[in-house]
Amino acid sequence: MRKILLLFAHPILQKSRINSAMIDAVRNVEGLTTHNLYEEYPDFFIDVKREQQLLLEHDIIIWQHPFYWYSAPAILKEWFDLVLEHGFAYGSEGEALKGKMAMSVITTGGKKESYATGGLNSYPINQFLLPYEQSCNLCQMTYLPPFVVHGTHLLSERGIDLLKVDYLKLMALLKDKNIGLDEIDNTMFVNQYLNE
Amino acid sequence: MHLDSIFFQIMIYLLAAVILVPLAKRIGLGSVLGYLLAGIVIGPFVLGLVGSEGADVMHIAEFGVVIMLFLIGLELHPNMLWRMKRLIFGLGGLQIGITAFIISVFGALMWLDTAQAITTGLILALSSTAIVIQTLSEKGLLQTIGGKHSFSVLLMQDISVVPIFAIVAFMATSNNSIAMGGDMVEDVVVLEGWQNLLLVIGAVATIIVGGKYLAHFIFKIIAETGLRELFLATALLLVVSIAIAMDAVGLSPALGTFLAGVVLANSEYRYELENTLEPSKGMLLGLFFISVGVSINFTLLKDQFVLILGLLFVLLVVKLIVLFVLGKLFKLNLRQNLLFTFSLAQAGEFGFVLISFASQNGIYDEFTGGILLIVVALSMLITPVLFIVNEKIILPGLSIKKETEVKADAIEDNTNPVIIAGFGRFGMVLGRFLNANGIKSTILDINPHNIQYLKKFGYKVYYGDITKPEMLEAAGAANAKVLVIVMGDRMQIDKLIKVASKKYPHLKLVVRAVDAAHDLELINKEVASHRQETFDSAVSLGADALENLGVSRYQAHRAATTFKHQDLRFMRNLQKRYGEDDAHFVMETKRFSEHIENILLMQQKHPYQDMDCAWDTDTLIDEAKESQEEIRKG
Repeated sequence: MRKILLLFAHPILQKSRINSAMIDAVRNVEGLTTHNLYEEYPDFFIDVKREQQLLLEHDIIIWQHPFYWYSAPAILKEWFDLVLEHGFAYGSEGEALKGKMAMSVITTGGKKESYATGGLNSYPINQFLLPYEQSCNLCQMTYLPPFVVHGTHLLSERGIDLLKVDYLKLMALLKDKNIGLDEIDNTMFVNQYLNE
Repeated sequence: MHLDSIFFQIMIYLLAAVILVPLAKRIGLGSVLGYLLAGIVIGPFVLGLVGSEGADVMHIAEFGVVIMLFLIGLELHPNMLWRMKRLIFGLGGLQIGITAFIISVFGALMWLDTAQAITTGLILALSSTAIVIQTLSEKGLLQTIGGKHSFSVLLMQDISVVPIFAIVAFMATSNNSIAMGGDMVEDVVVLEGWQNLLLVIGAVATIIVGGKYLAHFIFKIIAETGLRELFLATALLLVVSIAIAMDAVGLSPALGTFLAGVVLANSEYRYELENTLEPSKGMLLGLFFISVGVSINFTLLKDQFVLILGLLFVLLVVKLIVLFVLGKLFKLNLRQNLLFTFSLAQAGEFGFVLISFASQNGIYDEFTGGILLIVVALSMLITPVLFIVNEKIILPGLSIKKETEVKADAIEDNTNPVIIAGFGRFGMVLGRFLNANGIKSTILDINPHNIQYLKKFGYKVYYGDITKPEMLEAAGAANAKVLVIVMGDRMQIDKLIKVASKKYPHLKLVVRAVDAAHDLELINKEVASHRQETFDSAVSLGADALENLGVSRYQAHRAATTFKHQDLRFMRNLQKRYGEDDAHFVMETKRFSEHIENILLMQQKHPYQDMDCAWDTDTLIDEAKESQEEIRKG
């Protein structure tokens, strides 16, 4: 069984429909640790050693957050800046994360079509995630394809229920040691839950 | 004595004290002289309300002296003695020794025998701790160099009371048996010398061992009952039993209780003991001074007026000269030396104790004891006059410029970039913070207790009144960059701001505001930074309360931060308006309540949750829905 660290960043969780529903769905999955950064470090004073220890203890790192300005809420950037230290995560002696897997789980207000050439957001989602992908490369981690929830503003209650089931399925898939990288790679997560 | 008459006597004593002591303090004579005057007034020579039983009262009141010595013992920290050893033992020892020697020789040339002469010399070498300490602290001179020297000498005198008792007792044994402590044990069993010695050693050992091991155990049990009066009873019982035991083996009860005090000085019940016994001691000593007043023989004063005045004159001159020479020897400058000299020129309250002790033990005859008593009392009465002579006549005549009253070398590292004024609970946190960031600070506090306690933890803390320009100078204000003003007292804070910004305009002032009104006022002053002392912690604790109500930690943190920033903005607005309304601001209380009112009003108008609306997606959702409608219509 692979152990999953769900690093979660949302400044007002009580106002969020989608993210809180997703977290609630997977909270009790065995071998999964949810770690709410805004709750752990309300003053942004991140305990670097503790975070590094958590990374060491898990096989898959998930960054779940709303897609603010084509990126993550501020605390996740702070987390990257402080926790992925030279000599720990990268550099000639920084191999602590080598071989681990990482994944972005993001929610966007805009629809999938808007993330394309000619759309409101001009570029496909993968391009916006390049910094995460390259960060994983530098840390010798495998960056899995993202799990993206588009069009959250107009997502119906039924849509949210479906999303919760799929999110649980995803966790089951990731956990299972017998399911190889190729299989995960080939699973199409994106665009499954558009409110069309 | 009839019960009514006992109560009547008590009433007279108390009434005299209650009327005259505050009066004496008001006109600057101090409480000791107040008690003396009370005694004189009710005594046989003025109102005649009390008479022969004055001597009995004195016997009881002498127990106050025994308690006092116990308390002196409790207060003796070996550390403090060691740090001030040069002044205490050097200066103090020399003062007592030389003065006692000169007066003894003079006494022997008069009519006194050897024992009388030595006793008199020792008694008159002492000065009045009660009067001098009180006067110096009232005038704010205790922290000056002259004041410190005076204090050290007084401390040495307090300590030496114990050996003086022993010496007097020893000289008395050659004639008489000891009767100190109100004849508690009358028949001293006559023993062989070696048996006696064994007994004495046994008694002393009992006190030391008992004080070290047994007392702790007993006080713990008593303290656990939670009954304060029982603790007082136990403390009194301890002192009384030691006094009786000492008397029984032929030692001075005062000496025994002093020893017990020293043994208990390190006990955790030390402060409790001090606080519990202090009122009893004060009361009994007051009674003692009244009975001294009663016993002053005015017939004698009238008959021997010239002799007594002559002796008083000689006493003052001898003491003044010895003190002045010693001050010079210890390198006091003229101004400080004069303060030192004039403050210690009188004889002290211990004189009364020792004179009556010596009289009871047959060293003094009635005539000699009576004369000495009057001389001591008069010398004490004249102390305030001496202070006035020094301040109003001698010092202005010297026309020396008022120089630094604080020795610069008292502050070793005066090149630190930060000076912290005030090192209580507030300053300590601040100091620790700066220290953790590698900033060296020179720390000053007006409360010697703070410093005493902090030095143990390795802080460089100095005792002094930092609102004095001289003190600032000595603390290195010329080289410092920042002056952190964090005393608890608003008046002191404002005074220091005034002094520092005038004399050292380059110093950045970082100031603690004691409340909102003070904070507002500081905006108008030349202060680099100021903060309301309890504001941050109050808001943070409020955030904790929010968390416990189930608000998320980050939201609670945001709320607290937002509140702090908004309050700052409100304060600035308020300040602007107050500035327009009234140059003087308004009265403090009015201002403060208005401030609170205004804040609440403004908060109503601008709920601060609005500030985080960027994270709120409601408007986005509305817009998305609208555009969907349009698409459908289209």
